[in-house]
Amino acid sequence: MTKMQQLLGWVDERFPLTAMWKEHLSEYYAPKNFNFWYFFGSLALLVLVIQIVTGIFLTMNYKPDAGMAFAAVEYIMRDVDWGWLIRYMHSTGASMFFVVVYLHMYRGLMYGSYRKPRELIWIFGVLIYVALMAEAFLGYLLPWGQMSFWGAQVIVNLFAAVPVIGPDLAVWIRGDFVISDATLNRFFAFHVIALPLVLLGLVVAHIIALHEVGSNNPDGIEIKKKKDPNTGIPLDGIPFHPYYTVKDIVGVAVFLIVFSLIIFFAPEMGGYFLEANNFIPADPLKTPPHIAPLWYFTAFYSILRAVPPILGSQFPGVVAMGAAIVVLFFLPWLDKSPVKSIRYRGVIYKTALALFIVSFIGLSYLGTQPTSDLYTLLARIFSVIYFLFFLLMPWYTKIDKTKPEPERVTE
Amino acid sequence: MSNNEVNRTRRRLIIATSVVGGAGAVAAVWPFIASMNPSQRAKAAGAPVEVDISKVEPGSYATVEWRGKPVWVIYRTKEMLDLLNKHDDRLTDPKSEGSIQPEYCKNDRAIKAQYMVVVGICTHLGCSPSPKLKPVSDNETGADWPGGFYCPCHGSRFDLSARVFKGSPAPTNLVVPPHRYVTDTRIVIGEDTKGA
Repeated sequence: MTKMQQLLGWVDERFPLTAMWKEHLSEYYAPKNFNFWYFFGSLALLVLVIQIVTGIFLTMNYKPDAGMAFAAVEYIMRDVDWGWLIRYMHSTGASMFFVVVYLHMYRGLMYGSYRKPRELIWIFGVLIYVALMAEAFLGYLLPWGQMSFWGAQVIVNLFAAVPVIGPDLAVWIRGDFVISDATLNRFFAFHVIALPLVLLGLVVAHIIALHEVGSNNPDGIEIKKKKDPNTGIPLDGIPFHPYYTVKDIVGVAVFLIVFSLIIFFAPEMGGYFLEANNFIPADPLKTPPHIAPLWYFTAFYSILRAVPPILGSQFPGVVAMGAAIVVLFFLPWLDKSPVKSIRYRGVIYKTALALFIVSFIGLSYLGTQPTSDLYTLLARIFSVIYFLFFLLMPWYTKIDKTKPEPERVTE
Repeated sequence: MSNNEVNRTRRRLIIATSVVGGAGAVAAVWPFIASMNPSQRAKAAGAPVEVDISKVEPGSYATVEWRGKPVWVIYRTKEMLDLLNKHDDRLTDPKSEGSIQPEYCKNDRAIKAQYMVVVGICTHLGCSPSPKLKPVSDNETGADWPGGFYCPCHGSRFDLSARVFKGSPAPTNLVVPPHRYVTDTRIVIGEDTKGA
């Protein structure tokens, strides 16, 4: 036995290091037919690490004080060595996090990764998505620009629309009667401590649940049903390490190329990643002429705007927006199709999914635009399609004509 | 006592301990929740502000900060006031019955019709509308515009009495704050005539 093996043995008697390595990497058997869409889980993990590391270093120079926050961000951009790079990595990372997560979720929709026995993986995933939206919203206040201020003003006022307790609730969230220093300070606390801890916990739960039941695949069939009688290893499974670690490294390399191109050449992404109005310090007396949330929220913002006030209350719009997210949790039980993957689904599901994607992108676009009669009408149509995709799912997935699933995964 | 018989005394002690401990844990949450309410300093910071309104030109407006919010003082000319009574049918709450204003501002929503004092925060989701005081219609104001305010966030429209037009997402008229005249040219915002 070498010295290293002896050391490893010493550790293993005290901590299950080798056992964990085997369980989650070298003896975690993943289906051999993963395709392009399977890059985004590990990429999401990469972006999480980027956000945490850059966030720690930004915190070293940032001041969560309404009088100093805007200047602190400019200080990071101009006077801190490499501060601009760390800040742009963080701001680009926020948008790329959503790009990766949306593609990851779409993969789940295509291949039925949310279906039994992976309901909890999906639920943990939706919780991660919700935590991520909260994290992005809280972080957006910190530069204390015009969009930070007025974005927070609008979102916090959504809570004020709740009947009876609303106004008090909004005051409690702000810690003041208006968005102020108190609000900035607490958003900072949530953004750098509370939500990152929640996110990390949820990510661990997501992966533990995944490794308990095993990964789904583009064919949507269970590889654990066909095991080698001698070894007990799924016939269509390959060890995650080295096979998928190597594959994922290719994804990481391509991702980092794109990520770097954005950071170095288009960190503002034409106003989609960083809005022009946010380079103006927050002014509580003046709303910018056109305000819209960042692109990853605009679909839900469109749904909010699409619902007219009912009985003088804004609450129905807020409920619709909340419901658009909450409905995701029920997806595993709404889908009644005998098959999981889109490869074996019929024309009805394919059409429904296509309409859903068009609606989601349409809503996202409309949310970035000022309102007009035509746009409001379109937003209403897309909102209805968005909800019908889920609400009619138990019915249309049942009558859809499916193809038989194969016994083993296809190449 | 046999092994599979429940020790009732211990079971009761466990239940009692859990209930007391649970109540204690719930009670311990309270200070944390309450600490997020506005602090005593934030509550004290609502002082009234005094404004010289003689500098506001006829047909224009000035913005004053009161409790961290914009308050507009609008000098309404006779032509502007004349236009105000002609579109009650297009308003959600023409008589301001469901809207917030001091009792003494129910007519014309002002103490003196000439000077409109109003909190410039949309009753929809809290953006600050942009002034479009002149009766000139454009894409944002829609046709037949009598002059007023347009909220850029969600397209709410208000007239020069800050009353909301039908079809706007804002549910009520803009809020008129308590205010009083010290002299003809000086007003105090945030304080009533009664001094409170």
